Amino acid sequence: MILEVLEFGFMQRALIAGVSVAITSSVIGLFLVLRRNSLFGDALSHAAFGGIAVGLATNIYPLWTGLALSILGALGITKLRQYAKIPADATVAILLSSGLALGILLISLSGGFTLDLFSFLFGSIMLVSVEDTLAILAMTGIILSIIILLYRQLMYITFDEEQARVSGLPISKLNYLFIILASVAVIVSMRLVGILLVSSLLVIPNVTALLFNKGFKKTALISVSISIFSVVAGIAISYAANLAPAGTIVLVSTAVFLTVLAARHYSKKKQVVKKLEEARS
Amino acid sequence: MQIVEIDRLSYAYSGNLVLDNISFTIEEGDILGIIGPNGAGKTTLFSCMLGLLDDYTGTIKILGENIEKKNNKVFKSIGYIPQKKTIEQNFPATVEEIVSLGVTTTGKTSKEKIALALETAGLFAQKDRRVGELSGGQQQRVLIAKAMVNNPKLLILDEPVTGIDLEMQNKFYSLLQKLNQENNITIIWASHDLDAVNRFATSVACINRSMFFHGKTIEFFENPDLLKAYSESSMQAHMHLHNHTYRG
Repeated sequence: MILEVLEFGFMQRALIAGVSVAITSSVIGLFLVLRRNSLFGDALSHAAFGGIAVGLATNIYPLWTGLALSILGALGITKLRQYAKIPADATVAILLSSGLALGILLISLSGGFTLDLFSFLFGSIMLVSVEDTLAILAMTGIILSIIILLYRQLMYITFDEEQARVSGLPISKLNYLFIILASVAVIVSMRLVGILLVSSLLVIPNVTALLFNKGFKKTALISVSISIFSVVAGIAISYAANLAPAGTIVLVSTAVFLTVLAARHYSKKKQVVKKLEEARS
Repeated sequence: MQIVEIDRLSYAYSGNLVLDNISFTIEEGDILGIIGPNGAGKTTLFSCMLGLLDDYTGTIKILGENIEKKNNKVFKSIGYIPQKKTIEQNFPATVEEIVSLGVTTTGKTSKEKIALALETAGLFAQKDRRVGELSGGQQQRVLIAKAMVNNPKLLILDEPVTGIDLEMQNKFYSLLQKLNQENNITIIWASHDLDAVNRFATSVACINRSMFFHGKTIEFFENPDLLKAYSESSMQAHMHLHNHTYRG
């Protein structure tokens, strides 16, 4: 039965696009989580929501308007943080609520929710077209190439921005580039899980991977594996049980997180008991 | 050869003069201990030298180059160890990965450089451990190894052993001495520990906003008048700081 399902074009596209998104979002998400910027993805997706509404209202391809607004918003709040010294979480709240407000305003002007807008809000992985799949693959390729090329520099900034600056790294340029990459990753991920759940793909696999207490490369690999597993299992379960794919994917990743957390807790307890027994003997 | 030349450096912050007309030079191979009370301007001096602050007056030349030119080659020949701060325990990086951050080249040579820096800092056996699991003293050695990986000509250390136990402090100072003698690295090091400065520094700069003393270590520590004046100025600065704290 599994092989039969894989013969469907929509399922092949869903899996290819899903795995691409899983890789991109977990790689970008690792840097966001470590910079204590987990909600930045949420802010970007809500800014993109405003942009998508602009696109739908003006008949421009909504993903491009969404991407443009998300990048502009992100660059804007970064400048705001630097010059007005506003705390990071407050700037995230500003971008998040302004993007959402713009979207709501434009939707109300254009006469309510359309099917298109609904699919952007909640994802539509089973409906991705060949063009969408190719666009997602291309964007994934670009994001991963840049991250691999600048991996050490981005890790340095994440570890200690001041020391990275002293070592001569162009911090501002790298930060702006990263924001653009994160915006592209959010736009790519929106097709899979929708605006409302994007940040879960960026955050949950990485928080789970951090529980393994490994080095940077291994943590990234674990996160990517968890993300791919969640997407593939989520798509399969949602198809078999006729559930919403986006919600299923996110709940699978949450289940993986809780399982790893429980296993870690159990193994810690076991180690404590073992140490005590060794001390007594 | 002069590695550092600072001429009439002044810096003000929020209407307060933090550095006032500081001038000094450092010769290649020196270990300069910078002493001064809290709030004396030691960290500000380093921030100016490292290009983190640029709204100062006066000139700072490192390796003969005015740092205002922002020549990356100059900054890459400086290793910097900031004031001791605990590395995030959950940061997912091994010792080797952190040391590799200091590398600006790629390929086989960079691997050899990383291995050599780990060996020099006595960390090769620990290279696969997560940096967050190490003690404070070991973490400082990781930062030293990271700074060493590019063969720096100048190491700047800002109170690097604060909060580290005595045994680890001595190991750390021995490592600095080894780097200075075997690799001919010039070292500038801010410290509150007069005993350590007396033992390891070849020259001393005592600052308290302005330059109080600059000369050979022996000249400072064998002059009771200077030591007394330094203690008094430190005490005054301490009282000044406390008064401000109570008012604040």
